[in-house]
Amino acid sequence: MRGGLIIATVLVLTTGVFAEQRFAVPTEFDSGYTKPTTQHPDPRASMMQYVDLGVLIATLGLASFLTLKFRRRWAIFTLMIFCLVYFGFVRGGCVCPIGAIQNVAMAIFLGDYTLPLVVLAIFVIPLVFTLLLGRAFCGAVCPLGAVQDVFLLRPLRVPGWLDQALGLLAYIYLAAAVLLAATGSALIICRYDPFVSLFRLLPLGKWIEALTRGGTVPGGIASITISIHLLVLLGVLVVICMFVGRAYCRFLCPYGAILRICSRLSLKRVTITPEECIKCRLCEDACHFGAIRQPTQTHGGHDRTRGKGLLAGMVLLAGALTFAAGWGASLLTPYLARTNAQVRLAEQIWREQNALAARSDDINDPGEVFRRTDTPIARLYDDAEDIKRRFLIGSWIAGGFIGLVIGGRLVRLSVRRRREDYEADRGSCLACGRCFAKCPMEQARRKGRSVSLTTGEDE
Amino acid sequence: MSDKANENANKSKRVSRRDLLRNGLRGGALVGLGVSTGMLWSQSRTEGSVWQIDPLKCVACGNCATYCVLATSAVKCVHAYRMCGYCDLCFGYFEPKHEARNSAAENQLCPTGAIRRTYVEDPYYEYTIDESLCVGCGKCVRGCEEQGNGSLYLQVRHDRCLNCSQCSIAEACPAGAFVRLPAGAPYLPKDMEREG
Repeated sequence: MRGGLIIATVLVLTTGVFAEQRFAVPTEFDSGYTKPTTQHPDPRASMMQYVDLGVLIATLGLASFLTLKFRRRWAIFTLMIFCLVYFGFVRGGCVCPIGAIQNVAMAIFLGDYTLPLVVLAIFVIPLVFTLLLGRAFCGAVCPLGAVQDVFLLRPLRVPGWLDQALGLLAYIYLAAAVLLAATGSALIICRYDPFVSLFRLLPLGKWIEALTRGGTVPGGIASITISIHLLVLLGVLVVICMFVGRAYCRFLCPYGAILRICSRLSLKRVTITPEECIKCRLCEDACHFGAIRQPTQTHGGHDRTRGKGLLAGMVLLAGALTFAAGWGASLLTPYLARTNAQVRLAEQIWREQNALAARSDDINDPGEVFRRTDTPIARLYDDAEDIKRRFLIGSWIAGGFIGLVIGGRLVRLSVRRRREDYEADRGSCLACGRCFAKCPMEQARRKGRSVSLTTGEDE
Repeated sequence: MSDKANENANKSKRVSRRDLLRNGLRGGALVGLGVSTGMLWSQSRTEGSVWQIDPLKCVACGNCATYCVLATSAVKCVHAYRMCGYCDLCFGYFEPKHEARNSAAENQLCPTGAIRRTYVEDPYYEYTIDESLCVGCGKCVRGCEEQGNGSLYLQVRHDRCLNCSQCSIAEACPAGAFVRLPAGAPYLPKDMEREG
């Protein structure tokens, strides 16, 4: 016991500012008093995480079945509402695959972070489902998508060029989120997630917990504070989503950006008409997400050599864009690096050392805390330089990725495609089921006037 | 391929070429995903990690009381009895300018009266924390740290903590005292329990 105390004391002393053993510690009491041991309650049971994982797999499977085989919008909508209630209000919207991007990035790039297996599974499983069975996650499982879908009142049509341009925001968000997580700076997806505040306004999970435990939830029932900024952001987004269908999914969601790529490669996908398309355009009107592509005109005198030249040019341009965007992003390194607390501290100390900023003796000031710890300034500078180097490499990669995405879009736009029917775009389709619900051929099929149903096959 | 005569014959082939590309890419994506998942799997832990305060870095600035997403912070003062001097004049308990050495509210440093002072025997007093009252402001911790033995310290209490992916207090901590610990050993006790 004494030995331990000495070790503890030495430990405390070596850290400089902290208290030493100023008063003798009584070891024996005449009154027979024994010292209580300090209690350390265990983390809350994480069993629910496994339930979440099971529900995720089950709902993904069901959603895929509903979009590919059962093809009923009401069923997809019902599943979506269930997932909104369960993943959103009951489970508070956390853990979600969107935020898990950052945890996976941290696990890859930060040595000292260990990824919980459940989080890894929650990140990977929707990707696998999308690669095989299409983007049913977005349409029916994601509670964030469901919120936007529920609020969709008067959908406006976003012009194609604007849709393409805004769609790039999601990739920029993805690149920034991975960069900031991989450098251990910030988890922006979680910090700026507006939907979590909505789920926290109605914490069903807490209420259920209170009921089952008889009203004693540590920390109370409506105990989570909601930031005003995020509520304002939520309000703005909800208003936008009333008029622009699923604006977050289409233009911001970083996980949606990954799913978009997976969905382009998917084995099965949503088909609109079960039989020959009669080109009635009803599906195009039904889709609020700009995902329906018209049949292509039949070109008689199409110049293939010219098309090839254009394609080659676009591929070269994509390469150039990758480099240019990487270089552009690398110029932002000093600003990006300031999201890191260590870098900020080093810059603050440097300014104070060079008399460019006044010192504060407030205990809330990181500079003041740093001075109290007697850490050599050189080490702080070295650490900050190290992080800045990581930021430099990271912003080259992140910028290059954004450039590659822009280039990829240009290449894709320059490739001529043949479409005989109205089709859902592989990347943009969110598998909500509105298109085939409106398709007259599908209606006819349901009334039994037709039998052959081919689903999921690509042409 | 540019031969016009072959174009019609090639039309069906062109579709299948695109399919081939897509199948190849999908296979590659699945294999890549599998391999990277496997690699991450081997590094991951079933239990995951939780947030904790390193008491040797903590300066008890008070941010824990205000930045936690819980209305009442999950950070509480914890007492390492084995470091405590059981002093009559406790710098974690009494206001620096207290009128009398008794438990009257105006003498107490704790804004919520969460520390209970009980007489043990002359000259010793025991100090216990009522966690349901503690808001984690760390006023007592600073008093004890600066003038006493430093037996009072702040810890994230895991029966309350929601374990946010990014802890809001960790972001606001001026000392960088928040660390991630394996959920199997989620505390950093200040007394010798920590050493073994």
